[in-house]
Amino acid sequence: MSNHLENITLRIWRQAGPQAKGHFEEYRIDSITDEASFLEMLDILNDNLVHEGKEAVVFDHDCREGICGTCSLMIDGQAHGPQRGTATCQLHMRKFKSGDTITIEPWRASAFPIIKDLMVDRSAFDRIIESGGFITAETGGAPDANLIPIPKPIADAAMDSAECIGCGACVAACPNGAANLFTAAKVAHLNRLPQGQAERYSRVEAMVETMDEHFGSCTNHGECEAACPKEISIDVIALMHKDYRKAKFANRKDLARQ
Amino acid sequence: MSLTQDLLQKNTVQLNSKIPAGSMEDKWDNYKSDMKLVNPNNKRKFKVIVVGTGLAGASAAATLAELGYQVDAFTFHDSARRAHSIAAQGGINAAKNYKGDGDSVHRLFYDTVKGGDFRAREANVHRLAQVSVNIIDQMVAQGVPFAREYGGLLDNRSFGGAQVSRTFYARGQTGQQLLLGAYQQFSRQVGLGGIRLFNRTEFVDVVVVDGRAAGIVVRDLVTGEISSHSAHAVVLATGGYGNVFFLSTNAMACNVTAAWRAHRKGALFANPCYTQIHPTCIPQSDDSQSKLTLMSESLRNDGRVWVPTNPDETRPAHLVPENERDYYLERLYPSFGNLAPRDISSRAAKRAVDKGLGVGPKKNGVYLDFSDAISRLGKEVVEERYGNLFEMYERIAGENPYEQPMRIYPASHYTMGGLWVDYELMTNIPGLYAAGEANFSDHGANRLGASALMQGLSDGYFVLPYTIGNELAPMLNKPVPDTSHPEFRKAEEEARQRFNGYLAVNGTKSPDFFHRELGKIIWDYCGMERTQQGLEKALSEIPALYAEFQKDLKVTGDGSSLNQTLEKAGRVDDFFQLGMLMCRDALERNESCGGHFRAEYQTDDGEALRDDENYCHVSAWGWGGDPMSPQLNVEPLNFESVHLATRSYK
Amino acid sequence: MAQAVTSHRGPVTGTAARARRRRPFLVDLYSTAVGKKYVMGATGIGLMGFVLFHMIGNLKMYAGAADLDHYAHFLQTLLYPLAPKGWVLWILRGGLITMLFLHLHAAWSLTVLNRKARPVKYQSSRDYQIANFASRTMRYSGIVILAFVVWHLLDLTFGVVNPEVGKMITHAGDDEAVKSVYASVVYSFQRTPVALFYVVANILLGIHLFHGAWSIFQSFGWNNPRFNKWRRSFATGFAALVVVGNVSFPVAVMAGIVG
Repeated sequence: MSNHLENITLRIWRQAGPQAKGHFEEYRIDSITDEASFLEMLDILNDNLVHEGKEAVVFDHDCREGICGTCSLMIDGQAHGPQRGTATCQLHMRKFKSGDTITIEPWRASAFPIIKDLMVDRSAFDRIIESGGFITAETGGAPDANLIPIPKPIADAAMDSAECIGCGACVAACPNGAANLFTAAKVAHLNRLPQGQAERYSRVEAMVETMDEHFGSCTNHGECEAACPKEISIDVIALMHKDYRKAKFANRKDLARQ
Repeated sequence: MSLTQDLLQKNTVQLNSKIPAGSMEDKWDNYKSDMKLVNPNNKRKFKVIVVGTGLAGASAAATLAELGYQVDAFTFHDSARRAHSIAAQGGINAAKNYKGDGDSVHRLFYDTVKGGDFRAREANVHRLAQVSVNIIDQMVAQGVPFAREYGGLLDNRSFGGAQVSRTFYARGQTGQQLLLGAYQQFSRQVGLGGIRLFNRTEFVDVVVVDGRAAGIVVRDLVTGEISSHSAHAVVLATGGYGNVFFLSTNAMACNVTAAWRAHRKGALFANPCYTQIHPTCIPQSDDSQSKLTLMSESLRNDGRVWVPTNPDETRPAHLVPENERDYYLERLYPSFGNLAPRDISSRAAKRAVDKGLGVGPKKNGVYLDFSDAISRLGKEVVEERYGNLFEMYERIAGENPYEQPMRIYPASHYTMGGLWVDYELMTNIPGLYAAGEANFSDHGANRLGASALMQGLSDGYFVLPYTIGNELAPMLNKPVPDTSHPEFRKAEEEARQRFNGYLAVNGTKSPDFFHRELGKIIWDYCGMERTQQGLEKALSEIPALYAEFQKDLKVTGDGSSLNQTLEKAGRVDDFFQLGMLMCRDALERNESCGGHFRAEYQTDDGEALRDDENYCHVSAWGWGGDPMSPQLNVEPLNFESVHLATRSYK
Repeated sequence: MAQAVTSHRGPVTGTAARARRRRPFLVDLYSTAVGKKYVMGATGIGLMGFVLFHMIGNLKMYAGAADLDHYAHFLQTLLYPLAPKGWVLWILRGGLITMLFLHLHAAWSLTVLNRKARPVKYQSSRDYQIANFASRTMRYSGIVILAFVVWHLLDLTFGVVNPEVGKMITHAGDDEAVKSVYASVVYSFQRTPVALFYVVANILLGIHLFHGAWSIFQSFGWNNPRFNKWRRSFATGFAALVVVGNVSFPVAVMAGIVG
C-alpha cells in the first residue's frame, strides 16, 4: 500500500535573516514513504540536519489540518504546491515521484519580508483587518441572535468567503503581489451580512486604502483563485470594487455633512 | 473518614473556590451585584497582560480593551488568528432552545456535569450554561456566519451526550469562524490602540512579587531577546497540553509552557490526568508522522466499525466475508452500537488493536465502513452528508473511502485538566488568571462535544471582564512593581540560562526525538487505559529519559535569531515535567472517571467505576521543587443541584 | 509604499488611525490602486468604443473610394454649420487623447506600484495556473499598440510618411472636393512592411482587448452570476471582431481586392 520515493533532491532557499543574502541549497532525501506529508518530509530533513550539527530549515507551520493558515511555501513555482485547493500542510509526498527535484522558496512580496529561510512576516494582513475588517459589536450589547433572519443563500455566500485562512497564497501567487483576494474575502463576508451594513462603506474604504499601502494592484490574472487553498472565487474582488466605488460616493456625502 | 477529607486536612495551600452564595440559579447574578467595580475613567489606569490569542485570549483582550483597560496581548504565532481554536470542527453549544425541544440552562448545566462524570465544580458549570446564550448573540452580532435554515433562522444539530439539538455550527469550521470573530474584535482594538499586540513572542515565565502576579517574562522568537512586562493582572489563555502525547490532534506548537511555568511559580495544577481521547482520527501511517488528523465524530452515524476476526487477515476489506468480521461495537453495546460514547468506543478500538486485530499496513486502526450506508442510501446521499470529510480523508490517507472502508484510531485531542482556578478564574496566585483550555474548571473528567468553544468564549467575553474588575478595584492608585524589580531581573536571568543551557548541552539527539519517545511512554501508560503497574513503570522511565534529555540534547543554531529547534527544546522540557505529574495524578486517582480510565476500576461490562466516597475532589498539585515530588491539595466537590449518579448512556 | 513590518520588534497598536482628507472626488478615487483600475476600465471602455467605430467606419472602404472619402468628410464637418468645420472632430480627438493619457498614466503608476510590491522576484521559475499570455503581456502589447498608433497617425493622419495624405480630390457625382483617404490607405498598405506592422499590431490589440474587455467587469465590480459566463465570451467576441475587421483592410489591399 505504501510506496517509497527514492532520490529526492530538495532545493531550499536559505537566508539567515531579513537583510542577509539568501541562496538555494541542495539536500538529498534518499528514501521517504509516500504516506508522509510534505512538511513531515521537511521535519525529517531537519532532524537529519540537527543530527549533523547543522541548523534546521526554518518554515512556518502549525495545525497541519489546512485551517490555521500558518504554512506557506512556494513549491516548484506554485503557492502551496501542485495540488489544487490544498494548503502545503495537507500536501502529501504521493503527489511527487522518485528522482524529482523539488524547489522550495519563501513567499515573496515587499509586504511579506523574509524573517529567516522560508518564513515570512504576514503582519500586513493584520493591518488590513485592524483598519476595518470587523463589525463593531462590543461585548454585552448584542440583541437576540434570531432577531434578524438571514436568508440561507446570503449566509452561505458569506461563509464561502469567510473560509479564508489568511495564509497569503493569493499574494504569493499574484504576479503583482496584490492582496485583493484576501481583502475582498473579508469585505464580502461582512458586507453581505445584515449585521455588516452599518459600516459597509467605511469598512471597504478603510480596508482598501490600508491594502494599498502594502500591496500591489489587481490586474485580474486570476492566479490568486487558483492558489487559494479554500478556492475562494475572484467574484469577491468584483464585489469589493463595486462597494469601494459606492463607498466613495456614500462617504463623500457623510464627509460633506460634517 | 473518606480519603477526600483526609487529604483536605493535609492541604498545604488553602483552596478557596469563592463560590457565591445563593441558589445555583442565582449565584452568578449575586456575584455580579456584589462585585466591586472600577469607574470607567479609572480603568485605563490598570494594565492587564493576556497571554495567548485563541478564543479565550482574544475575546478577553478585546473585551477588556473595550472596557478601557490597557491590554498587552502576547502570541507566539505571527498573527492572533492562528491559535488552535481555529481547528475545532463540530460546533458550539448554547441553551437557546431555538428548536423548542425542551432545552434550558439547567439541562445544559446538567448534561455538562454528567458528561464530566461529576468531577466539575457545579457553580462554574452553571455559569457556563447561563452565559452560553449570550455567546451566540454576541457572535452573530459580530458577523459569524452560522448555518441557517431556509427561513433565515439559526440551524442547530445534536451532538454526543445530549438529547436536544443545541449545537450551533458553521459548516465543519465552527472554531475557525468563532476565532475569526474574536480575532476581528481583537484587531479592532489593536487598530484603536486599546491593545498592544506582541506577536511571535513566547511566554517564558510569570513573575510573582510579594505573593501577587506582577508580570511576565517573554522571549522574542525572532531576535531571541528576553524581556519583562509588568501589569496589574496576568491572564493565561494558553490552551491545553495534549501535545504531551507527541502524536495528537493538537497543532504542532501547542504547549504547556505557560501553565507549567506558572505552576513552578506556585500556581496549582489541577487534574492533569484528565485527558480526552477522540475515537475517530486517521491512524498513524508511518513512524515519521508528527500529527494526527481528526475526522468528525458525525461519521459514526452511518459508518460501521469492525475488525477482521482473524489476526492474520490479509485480504482487502471488501473480500472479507461477513462471518469473518467482528462489528465489535454493535456486538458489545447493542443499544448504542456505533454511536457508543467517545471513551467507550476508543477503548474498544484499542482492545481490538492490542489483540492484533488491527487493520492497515501498520495494523493500527479499525475499519469505519460505509459500504452498507452507500448501498442503503446511495452514494449521492452519503456524499452530501460527508463529502468534504471523505475528500479530506482521501487527501491524507490516499484511499478512496467510497471504495474501501476508512481506517480510524483514537488520538489525544483535548485536556480537561489545567491550572486550578476559583470561581473568578483566578489561580491561587492573586492577579494570575487562567482561561479556556488552560484552566481546569468546567469539564470535569470528560468534555462533551461542542463545549470547548463555549467555555473559551464564556471565559473571555463574559466572565473575566467582570471578575478582573472585582480584583483590581481595591488596587486603584496603588503602585505595582515595575520591570526593574529584582524578581523580574531574576526571572529574566533564569530564562536566559535555561535557553543557553539547551544550546550548551551539545549532545546527539534533537528535541523532536525526545518528544517522540516521551509521547510513546505517556500514550502507552497514561493514555486511554491506565494501570497502577503501567503508571509506575512510566514514572521510572520518564525521569530516566528526562535525564538523557538533559545530557544528550542537541540544539543547533543560536539563541539570537529565530530558532525553532530551540523553541521546541524549551517546550519539550516542560512536557517532560508535566508528564511526570500526569502519571502521578493518574496513579493517585484510584478510580475511573471520564477520560481517566484505570483498568483496575471498571464494572463487569467495562464501564468506568467511580469512587465518589474517596475521589469526589479536584486534585490540585503544587510544585514541590522537582517534578517528581509534587504536593497534593484537594478541593472537595459538593453537588447541590445535581445528584451524583452512575453515568450511563445505555 | 509603507513598510508593512518594522525591522525593530515591538508592540503593534493604534494602526487604524487614518487622517481623512477632503479631496476632489476624482483625485480621491484615483489615489488608490482600485480607483486607478476604475480609470483604466473607464478609459478602456472609451477607447474600445473608438476602435470599434474606427473599424466600422473603415468598412466603407469596401463600398468604394467615394463612400470612404465622403465618410472622412462627414467627420471633418461634424455638426457643421453649428460648429466650425473640424472643431467637433478635434474635441473628440481631445477626448481620445485625454483617455489615452489617463489609461497610460494609470498603467504606468500601477506598474510602478506592482514592481514595488515585489522588489525581489522569485528566484525559481513560476508555474502559472490561470494567468494567460494576454493578461501577463498587457503592458507590452500596450506599448506596441501605442507605437503603432503613433506611426498610424504619422502615416495616415498627418501624412509625414505618406505623400497621398491631404490631397483633395473630387468624385464623380460629388460637387465638393474631399480628402483622398482611400488613396492614402491604399498607398500605405501597398508597402509590405507597413501592412505587416499593421497586422501584427492589430493582433496584439486583439490580445490586449481579450484581457482588457474581460477585466473591466472585474474592475468595475460588474459581477452577477446570471451574466458572468458571458463576460469572457463578450471579451473574446469583441476582440475577434475588431481584429478581423482591421486586419481585413491590409489583406484586402495586398490581395488587390481593394485598390
